[in-house]
Amino acid sequence: MTDAGSLFFILALPYLGAIIAAFLPARGRNWASSFTGLTTLLALGLLVRLYPAVSQEVPLRETVPWLPSLGLDLTMRLDGFSWLFAVLILGIGALVILYARYYMSPDDPVPRFFSFLQAFMGSMLGLVLSGNLVQIVFFWEMTSLFSFLLIGYWHHNQAARDGARMALIMTATGGVCLLVGLLLLGQIAGSYDIDVVLAKGALIRSHDLYLPTLILILIGAFTKSAQFPFHFWLPHAMAAPTPVSAYLHSATMVKAGIYLLILLWPVLSGTEAWYLIVATTGLATLLVGAWSAIFQHDLKGLLAYSTISHLGLITLLLGLGSPLAAVAAIFHTVNHATFKASLFMAAGIIDHETGTRDLRKLSGLIRFMPITATLAMVAAAAMAGVPLLNGFLSKEMFLAEALEAHSGTVLDRVLPVLATLASMFSVLYSVRFIHQTFFGPAPTGLPRTPHEAPHWMRLPIEILVLLCLIVGIIPALTIAPFLHSAVLSVLGERTPIYSLAIWHGFNMPLLMSVIALFGGALLYRLFRRRLNETAQSPIIGRLKGRRSFEAVLAALINGARVAYRLLGTRRQQVMLRLIIVTALVAGALPFVRLGYSAGTRPQILIDPVFALLWLLGGVAAVSAAMLAKFHRLAALTLVGVAGLSTCISFVWLSAPDLGLTQLLVEIITLVLLLLGLRWLPLRLPDFWSGERTPFAVRFRRGGDLLLASLGGIGAAALAYSVMTRPAPDGISPYFMEQAYPGGGGTNVVNVILVDFRGFDTLGEITVLSIVALTVFTLLRRFRPAAESVALPDQQQAQNASDDARDGAERGDTALHYLLVPRIIMEWLFPVILTCALYLLTRGHDLPGGGFAGGVTASIAILLLYMASGTRSVEARLNIQPVRWISAGLLLTCLTGAAATLFGFPFLSTHFRYLDLPVIGPVPVASALLFDIGVFAVVVGTTVLILIALAHQSIRTPRVPRAADETGNAEQPGEAR
Amino acid sequence: METALALAIGILTASGLWLLFRPRTFQVVLGLSLLSYAVNLFIIAAGRLRTDAPPIVGKGVVDPAFYVDPVPQALVLTAIVISFATTALLLVVLLASRGLTGTDHVDGEDDEP
Repeated sequence: MTDAGSLFFILALPYLGAIIAAFLPARGRNWASSFTGLTTLLALGLLVRLYPAVSQEVPLRETVPWLPSLGLDLTMRLDGFSWLFAVLILGIGALVILYARYYMSPDDPVPRFFSFLQAFMGSMLGLVLSGNLVQIVFFWEMTSLFSFLLIGYWHHNQAARDGARMALIMTATGGVCLLVGLLLLGQIAGSYDIDVVLAKGALIRSHDLYLPTLILILIGAFTKSAQFPFHFWLPHAMAAPTPVSAYLHSATMVKAGIYLLILLWPVLSGTEAWYLIVATTGLATLLVGAWSAIFQHDLKGLLAYSTISHLGLITLLLGLGSPLAAVAAIFHTVNHATFKASLFMAAGIIDHETGTRDLRKLSGLIRFMPITATLAMVAAAAMAGVPLLNGFLSKEMFLAEALEAHSGTVLDRVLPVLATLASMFSVLYSVRFIHQTFFGPAPTGLPRTPHEAPHWMRLPIEILVLLCLIVGIIPALTIAPFLHSAVLSVLGERTPIYSLAIWHGFNMPLLMSVIALFGGALLYRLFRRRLNETAQSPIIGRLKGRRSFEAVLAALINGARVAYRLLGTRRQQVMLRLIIVTALVAGALPFVRLGYSAGTRPQILIDPVFALLWLLGGVAAVSAAMLAKFHRLAALTLVGVAGLSTCISFVWLSAPDLGLTQLLVEIITLVLLLLGLRWLPLRLPDFWSGERTPFAVRFRRGGDLLLASLGGIGAAALAYSVMTRPAPDGISPYFMEQAYPGGGGTNVVNVILVDFRGFDTLGEITVLSIVALTVFTLLRRFRPAAESVALPDQQQAQNASDDARDGAERGDTALHYLLVPRIIMEWLFPVILTCALYLLTRGHDLPGGGFAGGVTASIAILLLYMASGTRSVEARLNIQPVRWISAGLLLTCLTGAAATLFGFPFLSTHFRYLDLPVIGPVPVASALLFDIGVFAVVVGTTVLILIALAHQSIRTPRVPRAADETGNAEQPGEAR
Repeated sequence: METALALAIGILTASGLWLLFRPRTFQVVLGLSLLSYAVNLFIIAAGRLRTDAPPIVGKGVVDPAFYVDPVPQALVLTAIVISFATTALLLVVLLASRGLTGTDHVDGEDDEP
């Protein structure tokens, strides 16, 4: 496998694990965690192996073309930066899987959890490995979806459902904005390929659409990365199991927005708009998050707000726009992921072992869980920015950048102060987290007696904390090369000179750090008691993110309801009228604009017979329309007359295939509708209270008549203007010329159906099969209306007469009904079948084919049913329509697939002449097999539909009892 | 010939539309049948009218000018069979709706006396 090729494999691995886990039994906790852990580690190993290839400046790429004409390809792209992110995703993912194995209760359906978790991992990996903007949005939405499923994993919990919904709505709304923004970006750059976009930074920044593009992309990134004012969904997402919080909502998913900002940083940053929007948002988020975190009583709530604050810090760094700040942003992204994930896991252990996450109840836990306490302390120190830990390094870089002058606005002057203040808050909540939980007197009134967590559950924290330490102490030997290749791939030639040294001498950033550390500790000492007593964070707590979100949502839903009440209707007639009016207006507009005129194509001289034919057909159609309400049988017959006129017109206008098929279909449609008539209610004449038809009814009918006439006139005018113009050059000449040399048939229509456009036909017979099965299923549960249940009058009279006669059984009267025609009809069965086969086999060269043959064969069967009666036919003949359908579909698919075996495209035809004795050379094309499949499907569907309907008449439904009126009586008996 | 066919299409469309707007399901089914005739004829008309020129070609070199356009015919052929299937589906749905609601009004409830 090539390096680039293995990218696809790496991406497939997590999804593979997810699919396997999804099919494990609900108790398979160990199996699920082992499988998912294994695939994660394998993917991680493969990824690490690729490092030498990505440390060059040129990214690793692999493209599978999909719609090259639209610039949509499946492109995998790996550079130093995405490599770092991918390692983060897979590395922390593996640790979280190990942790979750011990965290999750065996009573939960754990395989489902692991399945979701790994599917999320795959989506996140897909996001960072995407080399195409549209592909990024696709995986972006996938992460939102799996985040939704994971937050709502304990779906019996109302808070989990609400949090999941809120997160989905926020991130998906952002996702839509992002999609539009990235599409705009792609349009500006002329390609959706990331490397092309990255090369066109100057063009993009000077484009007129730069600002809307930027704002849309930023909305996407800010909602995902929980930036103010979209931050409020993140604390509510803490209803998820803690491994999810550690993985999605601190280490990876919320970093997707950051990832995108860094990825597009070279293209989008460097303008005033970028600086103002991104830096201000980042600063606001940093302060709001840190301030709110101080006042949280829930361990996970504190960590969630702290995450928001750190995400704000990274955004602020990116907003500053200097290369050094970008380096700090990348570095802090990695550092934050390590210490925050470990803190979440520690919080999970505390919750798991004590039964509560309330800081006010916890105290002195260091006695019971010294190791966890130590680990949490180191991680919290990293979060606070204590020297010798990784958090200190990136925070120093941040403070140094805050001091640099960037724009000359007021933001520059306040930034150092605010940065120090935010760091101080950060120290304050870190100290509070540790001191409140682990120190002080032994806790009282805990739901469980606390004790140390199992060793394997602590291992992920130990690894992460170890990373915090060694990165913090010897950065040059650990993170430096990886960070450098990431920075190089983002900044390229603009890569600044930076140093990861721990000691930069006595300077301003160090002073600010010291002030923050001591100030934070001092503040905690002063306010510690009062912090425990506040119910919500002052000032910021008044901004009810959740309440405004729900108000907006409720307003939207109510607005939709009102709009539906005002504009919507459930009346089919109204809808149809609206559709037809729209169609009429749309159809008339071009003529209004450009005028109407007939063309100059020479017309065919009218044949009086043809005119007579349509005089008849027209009268029949209009009469059918008039009679359909009260004289159904007559209307049906008249529709048949119109159908026959159509059929003759087809033959007249050189379409023998159509004439044949229309004639046959006309027959079965008539039988079908006749069978249905039995179940329709008696139509009584309209009875109006007054002498005359009410005005409203007359008005409505008049309007319908007008609309129908306009439609008719429009259709006629359109048809006339089309027919009198010369035809444009189409694909028909090609079909005509290639029908015999390429398709082996002389009937071009049939060759088109089974060969040139065989795929369409395959789709069409599939639709037929689906319709037939639907009809069959609907009729199995068919329940006639109460007044249609009784036997028809004639049958009642026959039965009464049979009952009255001595020695006669029911049905004797009808025994010899139409005896001679019946025998003739029965004898016709083989004749018609032969006809059907003849039509089928000659179809490739002469009018006929699978459709016509199939309908003919089903007519033979129908005739048999009509002649002998349902029971008598089924006693002698076993027709299995469903098997016919499946055999036909299989045959068509296999014929098509056989072509691929020989290296031709799906459904290619092969044909040759077979020399049969006596008959002579016979053309045999694989298209014939295809046509036989069509034949079988048509026979199966028609027979299935008609027989299912016919069976309703011989069912003996129970006479509905009085209870039936309330609608809860038993089902009528099944005629099976 | 063109005029006659255009008129035929117009009449079929108008009758079909009128029935489509009616409140009773059976009328709607018949309306759809009439409308599908009109549409099929229209598609054939879009290929321009020719008499005595069916698209059955010889085995030698073919001059397309001598034959009618086969593509609309292929389209209509499948449409004919599909329209049977949709008619059947509609009929069964209306029967089921009639059984469940007790009326054959298209909305499943009578809105007038």
